[in-house]
Amino acid sequence: MNVNFPPRAVRTTETPRVDLLLIADMVKPGSRVLDIGCGDGTLLRILADKQGVDGRGIELSQAGVNSCVAQGLSVIQGDADTDLVYYPDLAFDYAILSQTIQATYSPRHVLEQLLRIGKRAVVSFPNFGHWRVRTELLLRGAMPRTDNLPDRWYDTPNIHLCTINDFVDLCDGIGAKIERAVALNANGYKLGVAMPLFAQNLFGEQAVFLLSR
Amino acid sequence: MSETPAAHAFTHHSLRLKQIAEPQSEIVHFDEPLPLDCGTALAPFCIAYQTYGTLNAEKSNLVVVCHALTGDQHVANLHPVTGKAGWWETMVGSGKPIDTNRYFVLCANVIGGCMGSTGPSSINPANERPYGPDFPVITVADMVRAQARLLDHLGIEQVLCVLGGSMGGMHVLEWAATYKDRVFSAVPIACAARHSSQNIAFHEVGRQAVMADPDWCQGRYLDEGKSPRKGLAVARMAAHITYLSDDALHNKFGRRLQDRDKVTFGFDADFQVESYLRHQGMSFVDRFDANSYLYITRAMDYFDLAADHGGVLANAFAGTKTRFCLVSFTSDWLFPTEESREIVHALNAVAANVSFVEIKSDKGHDAFLLHEPELFDTIRGFLSAAARHRGVIFPANGAARP
Repeated sequence: MNVNFPPRAVRTTETPRVDLLLIADMVKPGSRVLDIGCGDGTLLRILADKQGVDGRGIELSQAGVNSCVAQGLSVIQGDADTDLVYYPDLAFDYAILSQTIQATYSPRHVLEQLLRIGKRAVVSFPNFGHWRVRTELLLRGAMPRTDNLPDRWYDTPNIHLCTINDFVDLCDGIGAKIERAVALNANGYKLGVAMPLFAQNLFGEQAVFLLSR
Repeated sequence: MSETPAAHAFTHHSLRLKQIAEPQSEIVHFDEPLPLDCGTALAPFCIAYQTYGTLNAEKSNLVVVCHALTGDQHVANLHPVTGKAGWWETMVGSGKPIDTNRYFVLCANVIGGCMGSTGPSSINPANERPYGPDFPVITVADMVRAQARLLDHLGIEQVLCVLGGSMGGMHVLEWAATYKDRVFSAVPIACAARHSSQNIAFHEVGRQAVMADPDWCQGRYLDEGKSPRKGLAVARMAAHITYLSDDALHNKFGRRLQDRDKVTFGFDADFQVESYLRHQGMSFVDRFDANSYLYITRAMDYFDLAADHGGVLANAFAGTKTRFCLVSFTSDWLFPTEESREIVHALNAVAANVSFVEIKSDKGHDAFLLHEPELFDTIRGFLSAAARHRGVIFPANGAARP
C-alpha cells in the first residue's frame, strides 16, 4: 500500500521509536487505551502485541487512518483539538498523546480533555529547553532547527512548542498530578531519575509524562 | 440478428415476474406474522436469499450483506434476470476482500422487494391478487426484523459481520442498534442515521414520476397487465444522477455528442449523458418493480435512528460491544462524510469500538459498488481483525455446505 503521510511533527530514526516503547511500559496490560495522533498505528500495534491492550486511535491524516484500519486497528479520522469532546468521562484507562500536543491549537484544552476521558494520560513531546535548541537561538539568532525538530518556522506543524518546565507548569495549572516523568537524551536513553529538573530540561531531548487527576 | 427492443423488454419482463413467485434463490416461508412498525403485521411472508461459502461448525463465520435500494440478493452470481455479474462480485468471492473461502456470506432480498421476498407484487392471500397498493408501508426496521427471523430459522445466533452500503448501511445500523448481542461487527458504508430532507425530496420526485405514469393504474398495473415503464425509468434517471458526482459525469461524458457531429435542435438524446441516462432508465425497468420502488424509497425516507431512541443517536448504541467500521467517500453528496462522522461521534459518546475511513474518490455515492482499492483494503483488514478477535475457525476447503 502506498501511503503518503504529511510532514511529521517530530522526526526520529529509530524503529520503533524509543519514546513509544517507554510509553508502552507505562501502560498496564489489558487496559483500554485511546492513542490520539496514532499515525500509522505503530504504538497501537506495540500495545496490542506486548500488553494485550484494547486500543483505539484517532489520527488527523486520512492516509494514516486508512492504513491502520486495513491492518485491523480501530482508528478514526479526527482532530485532537475538536473531537475529544465526543468521548464520555473516563472512557479509557489511558489517553495517550505522543509527540502531538505541540501541534495542537489549544494544548491546555487538549490536556484537560485527556484527563477527562482517561483515568490516566500519557503525554510525550520534544523538549524545547534542550541545550541544542537553546544554542541555536543564542548563537545563530534563528528559530531553532535540530535533528528532532527539522522544520523551518514557516512550515512547521509545531505551533505550541514547550520546555519540560513549561509543561510542569501547565500540569500544576490544571491540577494534574505527575505520576512519572522521564526525559530521554538525543540517543533515546533515559536520563537518570536522580537528575534535577533543570538538568533534565537542559539535557532531555524528549519527555514522557504519566499524569492523573 | 439480435432481438428487437420490444422482444427484449418482454423477455426481461417475464423473467422478472418469474422471480417474484419462483425466485432462483433459497427461499424460506414464514407463517408466523411479522409485526410491522405501521401497526399491522405481514403474514404469511417469505424471504429469498443467496449464500456463498461454507458455514463453519461453530456457526461463527457468517457475514450478512445488506443490499441497497435497487439491489437484491444476487451479490456474487450471475443475475437471473439481466444475466450480468452480481452487484458486489468485486468484493465477495474466493480470495476477494469478503473471502468466501473464509466466510459464509448471506444476502437476503428485503421485504418489499421484487426478487422473491414478499413485496407489493406478491400475491395477497386475502384476495389471491397481487398486493399492489394494499401492501403495508414497511420500514428499515421491519426489513431487519424479517432478516433476523431468517437467521433464527437458520439457527444462527450471532453474525460475525453485518455489512452494506447506502440503504444497506441503514440496515447495518438498525441491526447494530436493535440486535446488539447478535452483531459482532458492523460495517455501514456510505449511509446516514437518518434520511436527509434533500434525499427525501429526490425520492419524492421519483415516486411522483412513477405515479404520474397512466400505466401505474393506481398501483394495480399487474392486475391490468401493464407496467409503468416510463415513469419508473424517469425515476431511475433522476436517482442515477444523485449516485454520481459532477466530476464523474464530466469525466465520463463532458458535453460530447451521441453519434452525431452537431446538435439537432430537437429533443433527441444529442448528448452522451442523455443517452446514458435513458439507457440506465430503460434497463432498470427490465429488472425492477415500480411498486417496490415506491415502498422501499418510503422505508428509507422514514429511517431516523435517533428519533427511535429519544432523539439522541448515541442512545441507539448504548452498551454496544459491536466493533464498527464506517466508510464514506469524499465525492458522495447523497450521503456525505458528515453523516458518517455524526454516527462516529455518537459511537464515541458510548465509547464503542469504532473505525472510520473516508476514501478519496470522484465517483460519488456509487463508489461503494466500484473498484476502490482502499475500500477493499479496509474491508479485508477490518473483517480479518473481527474474525481474529472472535476466534473464528475458518472452514476447511471443500467442506460440505450446511
